[in-house]
Amino acid sequence: MATINITKILKYIFLSVMALFFLTPVYVIIVTSLKPLDEVSLAEMWTLPSTIDFTSYTQAFTELAPNFMNSIYLVVPATLISALLGAMNGYVLSKWRFKGSEVIFTVMLFGMFIPYQSILIPLIQFLRSIDLYNSIAGLIFTHVVYGLPITTLMFRNFYANIPDSMIESAKIDGANFLSIFRRIIIPLSISGFVVVAIWQFTNIWNEFLFAVTITNSGSQPVMVALQNLSGSQIVQWNVQMAGALIAAMPTLLVYIILGKYFVRGLLAGSVKG
Amino acid sequence: MDQKININKQVDIQPKKKKKRVTSDQLLAVGFLLPSFILLLIFVYGFIGWTGWVSLSNWNTLVPDFSFAGLKNYIYLFGDYRFQADLRNTIFFTILFIGLVIVMGLLLSALIDQKIKGETFFRNVFLFPMALSFVVTGVVWQWLLNPSTGFNQFLEVFGIQPKWYTDTTILAGFEWGSIEFGLPVAIIAVVIAAVWQMTGFSLAMYLAGLRGIPEELREAARIDGASEFQIYRKVILPMLTPITVSVVIIMAHISLKIFDLIYAMTGSGANFVTDVPGVYMFETTFRGNYYANGSAIAIIMLLLVAVFIVPYLLTNRRGDN
Repeated sequence: MATINITKILKYIFLSVMALFFLTPVYVIIVTSLKPLDEVSLAEMWTLPSTIDFTSYTQAFTELAPNFMNSIYLVVPATLISALLGAMNGYVLSKWRFKGSEVIFTVMLFGMFIPYQSILIPLIQFLRSIDLYNSIAGLIFTHVVYGLPITTLMFRNFYANIPDSMIESAKIDGANFLSIFRRIIIPLSISGFVVVAIWQFTNIWNEFLFAVTITNSGSQPVMVALQNLSGSQIVQWNVQMAGALIAAMPTLLVYIILGKYFVRGLLAGSVKG
Repeated sequence: MDQKININKQVDIQPKKKKKRVTSDQLLAVGFLLPSFILLLIFVYGFIGWTGWVSLSNWNTLVPDFSFAGLKNYIYLFGDYRFQADLRNTIFFTILFIGLVIVMGLLLSALIDQKIKGETFFRNVFLFPMALSFVVTGVVWQWLLNPSTGFNQFLEVFGIQPKWYTDTTILAGFEWGSIEFGLPVAIIAVVIAAVWQMTGFSLAMYLAGLRGIPEELREAARIDGASEFQIYRKVILPMLTPITVSVVIIMAHISLKIFDLIYAMTGSGANFVTDVPGVYMFETTFRGNYYANGSAIAIIMLLLVAVFIVPYLLTNRRGDN
């Protein structure tokens, strides 16, 4: 009995130490961001602020606000469009398979894994040629196209759980392809849409490579602005930490409020559903 | 009334009727899928081909020049100090990163799975970094692993002051091309940040896997006299192999194309100790206008990822059918 207790205590100690390690960055972000600049020094990194000072937040916010809004204008349409297209594709690939549809699916799926560096130069040339370079619309388009494989995969796996017999009996009742999609599949897809939307929202909000190469001034999303904040001037750690927290807040809030769906998306992202 | 007739008809002349209706619906189905498929054909496969073409051209200035250069850019890269360092760094980063993510995920999920108190708390603490951007992670860890502050203020007690990402030491190094091949110590700092962010993924995967293993199986092993440790090693771990394969593949493709974390946290580093192909590609293409060189790097990155992904996709898809 005594040994069981010791292993149990060791388990909790290990988990707690790991939890401490995982939370350290959070502590540092919060503590630093609440300090006035003269208290932010290399030697006093871990100490609590003597007074709580929000100036770093106001400063970070004024610098990031336009880019924060750009991110919102980018993320909302890109998420909605890619989710809708994913649902359409997933519906066909799970309930209306045809000869060659599995091959098509595999061919589409590969797009999810490619390093985007390998399409970046043509993409930028293309966006320039249709006047969407350095625009939020161009980024929306990019994220919709390269989001298709994952949203298709997620919806396909999600719809695989809807019994085929339901579709069959609807067909016997005279329902066709579109009416089954509208009246049966879509109403059953709410949680699927939540999972996919959260996944796309998080990924597009956090994405950096497309953002930094496709936009270069007024239309840059918040992650690029955050990176610029740390690259420019003398490093003001308090402003930078406040900026990091502001930039991370939307996805963090989504995780806190809808964590269950976030994890489901994470699991659905692995190819086997 | 209409429906009834319809059903009767189906019974009577089922084959003909059914076939006809399926055809028009099937056409619609193809029509649903086709736009996305064509988009991906162009923007994935077409653009990869285009990049491949650029990589064989002389376009190394601001003005596009598509004259054929053969393998010139590739030959240049493989002789290039920076690119050789990138390949070395990628190898060590990938091995350490995947290894640690797997070990941490397994360990933490095994502990969390044992009906412990505060399960939700622990799970959320280990998972939340997944919701963050690599840029945020990079900015924060750049400070935590700053040699003159951060964790080093604690490590002072033990009398050690690692130089983290500023260290230019190559462990167990030997001459290889123009670089020293071995573990760049600076890469460990980047690995720590990456593991902090991605452990949640393997944790969630393993936890889902563990939840899927029936309790009776462990009971049976316990009755047979197996210890807890033996149960994990002999019964549970083998059952988790498919999950491990998925985690390795997904982490490998993240690691081979990594860019944002390193760009935000350390950049290339002195002597390119933390440089990776993703950063080199970005800088040489968009800061240096060496488009052909950048394309060649991108194609090499793609091939590295494909080595992992293509067999995985093909076997996985075949298993589904």
